[in-house]
Amino acid sequence: MSVFSSPRPVAGGPIIDFNPADCCLEIERLSLAYGETSALRELTLRVPRHRVTAFIGPSGCGKSTLLRALNRLHDLNDDVRLSGRIRLEGQDIHDPEVEVAELRRRVGMVFQAPNPFPMSIYDNVAFGLRLQGGIRKRQLDDIVEWALRSSALWDEVKDRLKSSAWALSGGQQQRLVIARTLAVRPEVLLLDEPASALDPISTLKIEELIRNLKSQLTLVLVTHNMQQAARVSDYTAFLQEGELVEYGTTDTLFTNPRLARTENYITGRMA
Amino acid sequence: MIGLGRARPPRIEGILPWLAAGSVALSLLMLAGLLSLLAVRGMGHFWPAPLTLVTLDDGRQLAGQAVREERLPDAAGRERLYLTANRDLDGAIWTWVDLEVIAEESRPRDLVVVERTRWGTFQGRLLALENDEGRVEGEAAWMALQAHLEELAVLRAERDRLRDDVVVPLVKRLARDPRAESELARASARIHELQARITGGSLLLESVDGRRLEQPLEQVLRAWRPNAMSPPAKMAAWSHGVWRFLAEGPRAANSAGGVWPAIFGTVLMVLLMSVVVTPFGVLAGIYLNEVAHQGRLTHLVRIAVRNLAGVPSIVYGVFGLGVFVYGIGGSLDEWFFADRLPSPTFGTGGLLWASLTLALLTLPVVIVATEEGLARVPDNQREGALALGATRVEMLTRVVLPMTAPAMLTGVILAVARAAGEVAPLMLVGVAKLAPQVPVDGEFPFIHLERKFMHLGYHIYDVAFHGDDVQAALPLVYATALLLVLVILVLNLTAIFLRHHLRARHGALPRR
Repeated sequence: MSVFSSPRPVAGGPIIDFNPADCCLEIERLSLAYGETSALRELTLRVPRHRVTAFIGPSGCGKSTLLRALNRLHDLNDDVRLSGRIRLEGQDIHDPEVEVAELRRRVGMVFQAPNPFPMSIYDNVAFGLRLQGGIRKRQLDDIVEWALRSSALWDEVKDRLKSSAWALSGGQQQRLVIARTLAVRPEVLLLDEPASALDPISTLKIEELIRNLKSQLTLVLVTHNMQQAARVSDYTAFLQEGELVEYGTTDTLFTNPRLARTENYITGRMA
Repeated sequence: MIGLGRARPPRIEGILPWLAAGSVALSLLMLAGLLSLLAVRGMGHFWPAPLTLVTLDDGRQLAGQAVREERLPDAAGRERLYLTANRDLDGAIWTWVDLEVIAEESRPRDLVVVERTRWGTFQGRLLALENDEGRVEGEAAWMALQAHLEELAVLRAERDRLRDDVVVPLVKRLARDPRAESELARASARIHELQARITGGSLLLESVDGRRLEQPLEQVLRAWRPNAMSPPAKMAAWSHGVWRFLAEGPRAANSAGGVWPAIFGTVLMVLLMSVVVTPFGVLAGIYLNEVAHQGRLTHLVRIAVRNLAGVPSIVYGVFGLGVFVYGIGGSLDEWFFADRLPSPTFGTGGLLWASLTLALLTLPVVIVATEEGLARVPDNQREGALALGATRVEMLTRVVLPMTAPAMLTGVILAVARAAGEVAPLMLVGVAKLAPQVPVDGEFPFIHLERKFMHLGYHIYDVAFHGDDVQAALPLVYATALLLVLVILVLNLTAIFLRHHLRARHGALPRR
């Protein structure tokens, strides 16, 4: 039972009213339902450019659903009904003029479980580029190296680029997937619990990578690990039952939440 | 030190493991039994078996190969079956002998077996050889016979080559090519000349009980003395026999000779079938699993496809006969081959229609295997590709299908295994009892899809039941059955090898 009923844009907590010029993604009154089950309700949120924004919340709160809506992965599911607006750099991503493949190239996504393709390390990174075509071998080599360096994997794999990606460890695979996504030069990188399947050291590497990448692109991170959100994000949004409860700078949200619901969740008092 | 290895599940106690292991052992045993029966009975046929000279109590003699023994009807003793050959002398090639009346058995080294184009084999003694160089007797006749047979083999090979590779194409060109006539005349003259050299000469043969026989030499194919052969010589004769079985065409209404046209027909038909069924089955599987809306209709179609796999094969044969042969084939004849009517070209059973019918028969297998392969590709692989900006088609062709290729090949393997063994539908749509010319030759369009063809499975049936002497045909039935198993094995091994190769390249899918 929500005290702060929608569609008020300020769903209780302060919604940071970024200057539209600083916004990369604008989500406006987004509702989404799987068949009869409502997953997101009238959600409004702005994601700042070149920052790390974290979505936190209990399981089933809709944070992954929201993330997948940002690059239209829900298109594949016929049962999903969606209303509201998502703008990427001012353009509605559901506009008929927008080509979904191009949108997904601009908004890259890394999933919870590492999903390298059953090909060589090199081919994995080059996959997205080859889809675009028209890139010469030399150029391809350079971009692959750049992407692997950006994801801090180059030193570990530079001698075995031709070997299978499935032979890498879980942490390496996840960094490879990030490199693969970076190689197509996305503007936004969506990370869906990217470290939940990894060991602590790999997790630290991924987190460091996330912090380093924000100079190049906008990152949106979904996590159920609040320490992780606190460590890497600049802004944090707390979602519950498909609604945005509170949104603010990470420091404020974690040290001085405005709402009791947020505080209960952060301090672990919520079941 | 603790060895590394797969963790073993805890042992299951009780009788269940024994039952399970017992079933596996029993299955393996039956399979081994089947294969060894086929191998021993089939391949043993080509072994030059020793000839026994049997002297009976009343002084009569016979020469034969012991085949088997049986209890006499009144249980008074046992009798033995001998293959005594000499159909022209005795009117039969089998003789039952009561063991009681056998006075003496021996294996004289001079007994000879002569394989002939008429009357089957002869067993007895060689007395003399007569040809244009004169008459030789005794041991010299044997030597002369060997030399003469070698010469005959060369002459026959050249005659057959001339007939198949020169005369037959020339006759077909005769209508439109005036030069063909002179070439044909030259070739015919040469054949006549060869034929004349083949003809002539005769053998004087004597059965062990003293009846004499004049045997024209041109009808003699081979001759050997089984009792005088050393093991290596027998081995060589055996491999030669097996080779001739594999490489030659059938003789004497399929009851002798080889099965090469049947091997060729089986393999060619199965390959054609695979070429047709693979794209259709794979595309249908992709449509059902990736493209179609997963609603009730798709579900119904899926159930229907699975049920199609259970339709008896003869029903497909009827369908092929009605739709392919009479329907499509009949129309093709009216449109393109009207000049040859009323004799049908495509309007009768043939290689093409047989392949299409079997492709239809095996389509469900390929569809189901493809669908299962597609279902095993994890969703995160698809989403990974889409998230990189791949369209659905690119996702399918670059990520999903390469990962599914091994599963598709599994489907093709199953299809091949099923199709190669099917006989019933083929009887309706194009298999022939005898089609010595294989459907591939040097003449345009090289593969003659409208021709009838021979098939190992049908050959087995024909040899076993349509010959005049089932007893004599039995070893050939076993040998052909073994061959059919081997052909399927080779086809499957090829596909398995291919699948292994693909797995190594694209990685194995996680097991479900």
